[in-house]
Amino acid sequence: MPTLTINGMAVDVPQGTSILNAAKDVGVEIPHYCYHPKLSVAGNCRMCLVEVEKFPKLQTACSTVVNDGMVVRTDTEKVRKAVTGVLELMLIHHPIDCPICDQAGECGLQNYYMKFGLHKSRYDLEEKVHKKKVQDIGGQIVLDAERCILCSRCVRFLDEVTGTRELHFFHRGDHSEISIFPGRPLDNNYTGNLADICPVGALTSKDFRFKCRVWFLKAFDSICTGCSKGCNVDAHHKGDILYRLKPRWNDAVNQAWMCDSGRLTYKAMNEARLLTPFVREEGARKVAAWGSLLPDVAFRLKAAADKGGPDRVAVIASPQSSNEELYLLRRLATELLGTRNLAFTHRVAGDGFADDFLIQADKNPNSRGARLLGIPDGAVFDVLVSKIAAGGIDALLVFGNVLGPLSEEETAALLAKVPFVAQVGTNEGPVSKAATAVLPSASVAERGGTFTSHAGRVQRFRFGFPARGKAKNPVEILVALGNRLGAGWTFAGEASVFHAMAESEAPFAGMSYDSLGMFGQEIKG
Amino acid sequence: METVLTTHFANERYRRLETYRQYGGYEALKKAFAMDPGQIIDEVKKANLRGRGGAGFPAGVKWGFLPKDLSRPRALVVNADEGEPGTFKDRLIMTRGPHLLIEGIVISSFALRAYACWIYIRGEFVREARIMDEAIAEAYAAGLLGKNILGSGFDLDVTVHRGAGAYICGEETSLINSLEGKRGWPRLKPPFPASVGAFGLPTIVNNVETIADIPWIVTHGGETFAALGVEKNGGTRLIGVSGAVNRPGVYELSAGVNLKEIIYHHAGGIKDGKALKAVIPGGSSTPVLRPDEINVAYDIESMGKIGTMAGSGGVIVIPEGTCMVRALSVLMNFYAHESCGQCTPCREGTGWLKRIVGRIEAGKGRKGDVELILDLCDNMMGRTICPLSEAAVMPAQSFIWKFREEFDRHIGEQKCPYGNRF
Repeated sequence: MPTLTINGMAVDVPQGTSILNAAKDVGVEIPHYCYHPKLSVAGNCRMCLVEVEKFPKLQTACSTVVNDGMVVRTDTEKVRKAVTGVLELMLIHHPIDCPICDQAGECGLQNYYMKFGLHKSRYDLEEKVHKKKVQDIGGQIVLDAERCILCSRCVRFLDEVTGTRELHFFHRGDHSEISIFPGRPLDNNYTGNLADICPVGALTSKDFRFKCRVWFLKAFDSICTGCSKGCNVDAHHKGDILYRLKPRWNDAVNQAWMCDSGRLTYKAMNEARLLTPFVREEGARKVAAWGSLLPDVAFRLKAAADKGGPDRVAVIASPQSSNEELYLLRRLATELLGTRNLAFTHRVAGDGFADDFLIQADKNPNSRGARLLGIPDGAVFDVLVSKIAAGGIDALLVFGNVLGPLSEEETAALLAKVPFVAQVGTNEGPVSKAATAVLPSASVAERGGTFTSHAGRVQRFRFGFPARGKAKNPVEILVALGNRLGAGWTFAGEASVFHAMAESEAPFAGMSYDSLGMFGQEIKG
Repeated sequence: METVLTTHFANERYRRLETYRQYGGYEALKKAFAMDPGQIIDEVKKANLRGRGGAGFPAGVKWGFLPKDLSRPRALVVNADEGEPGTFKDRLIMTRGPHLLIEGIVISSFALRAYACWIYIRGEFVREARIMDEAIAEAYAAGLLGKNILGSGFDLDVTVHRGAGAYICGEETSLINSLEGKRGWPRLKPPFPASVGAFGLPTIVNNVETIADIPWIVTHGGETFAALGVEKNGGTRLIGVSGAVNRPGVYELSAGVNLKEIIYHHAGGIKDGKALKAVIPGGSSTPVLRPDEINVAYDIESMGKIGTMAGSGGVIVIPEGTCMVRALSVLMNFYAHESCGQCTPCREGTGWLKRIVGRIEAGKGRKGDVELILDLCDNMMGRTICPLSEAAVMPAQSFIWKFREEFDRHIGEQKCPYGNRF
């Protein structure tokens, strides 16, 4: 363990640590652009210059590995002048289009200018080198070469993470720019990360462009629902509208990245939402009130079970539900309705594309959790569907917006065989178009809970903002239904449900929201 | 005086293997094969051979940087990317004595235990590349390259690789990147090429002239070579004199020759009987000298003492009547054009220098421009991965320090006093 001093403070760090990271340990911020903890060290932005005793020249903190007894200073006049000088050089050709730049507010140039620059420009506006702006380079990305500071993070990302190498440096000197080869646009499923790692506004997200100034956005911790990987995300919202998802670092799951399709999953939480409870009477939708609808649904389920026996009642769970919701739903089905007709399917329409990095074939966040909680899928689901199709079910409770891979017509035809279908769902879809009673559910952003990833990692997603319209937290819906069916549940919120689940379900034994922490926890066994 | 390289250059046929051998060519190689590789390296160390590419690093010391273990194959790369403005000595070796270089390569590779050698040759050197190719073919045919050279059991393959026209590829790590087919720009060090070089192999990169000196050193011994020069600078140097002299050309002179003597004696003095105004002594990147400063020995240490460099041995002679602002402007255009664009200070700084110096020359200089150049130079000096930034800064600073009044006059009069037009 080498010991070094940084600005007079002694610090012990593991062998091989860079000065930049050692400084972080003692709370000394060394400005940098090209350095990114998940990419190789390039050392070309020259912002992280520091003074190291016995070295005549300033050294780059990102690439200099510490030695025992090293004496580093970041607070000398020489360092300050160097950093300001590099920043000035970086800015001479940079366009002053902050007012229309999406990066404004989270821009490395703006931030460091306020901290280290604050200089008057000594460069003549007429002498600026102009480069091509607004280039659609494929994927989710727009390139503005003029804003680029040529830090090479994007080039290294495509070289080292995706291995697809679409972006390269072209030309030399102050005409250097990054670009794609003609006719060879970005061709990978992780392009959105380029906008995240770009420290300036050179690579911006097509999807987020001009949608919202970033200082209006608030963020909360969430989990991507696009597949079973469980990528940790920061969800950014203004009021009850989500604007974007960004990967939240979790070395055990997604490191610092997420895929392009996952990045767009937030849209479903804004659009085509089910916002009011309603019932369908003679084909027409009729707005209902929660106060009467919940008892009514409970009564219809109970009545069907009482009349034809519990085998005439079925529950279809959703792998989009949280562990907490699935736990309550299983108890509702097996303990309160007494039915064995309980299943889910992870299958969805589409190709089930997967790769060897983040994207999983199972496009649901919690299939693993459903199975661990004793809800079967596969053949059991198919049997249940046949039973419904054969008219063997009188009342059905469905969670989710779709029935697996079934098309809208197939769903309508199937559900037409059941006299009473109650749905708990977030969005308009095949099920809401056929259900007898629709109970609108809060989206992932509007409730809290946990998902179990394909690899068995239990991770929390957090409440971001109150549910839109009259949508309700499904835990609340389940508790209300359960209590109408005689459960006597006293759960107040997801945490208490999780607590009960951890006590009775072996895979979750010993877990609590506290123990899950920021990065989640592996299930037992 | 005794010459090492150019002795037979007057004979056009010296480039043919047959003639080269008539003059004793490849005898040094036979001698080397009878020696222990370590002995050869010792002779090179004794020779005080300083790298001829510009930095003047002791060649024997550089060779000692190779890792001790022989588990990984090693490579020798010959830097024939001679691009420093004012420097034109390596091309002379390649056109007049290609076998000197090849013999040097085989001996050096044997000493370094390198099995592969690439000659990275400047792209514009079309003729030189052809001559090298012909000479290499002759050497292969005569069993001087390839498998089991002269029955020694030593194998070596030599490949000529032509560059694509970038000055920066003369920097050894850019050269290696370019050789590997990558964008030619410098690598962050460490690792140094001696541990991770061409294609990942431990690699020694040497200048053409450095390698061409090796056969003579092996034949005559390191100490004899050292004695041709001065204290820490062994041997002779090829010095290219260009500009306003009566006899421009390449001269092989002792490494410790006097600079004034080079210009006034060997190169025949200033053309048209003009007075001398300035000398750029070692290639365009080296700090300029005033006439009163040139009575100095041309060895690395003596030049260093007066704040300049012998560099790559390219002496550029500037006569009276030349506009120094214009001259600097030409240099600044060159460095701005050749900056690879990797490091911020160089990428943006060289372009900015070009623009400021350009506008001063064009009669549009502003008060404070000279101070701005000097401050900008401070922010570029020693701030980058490779020395290209410094190569631009050194002339800029020295031109201003030594010819300040010309810059001030341009700005004050808002025109070039020499009547230059762009």
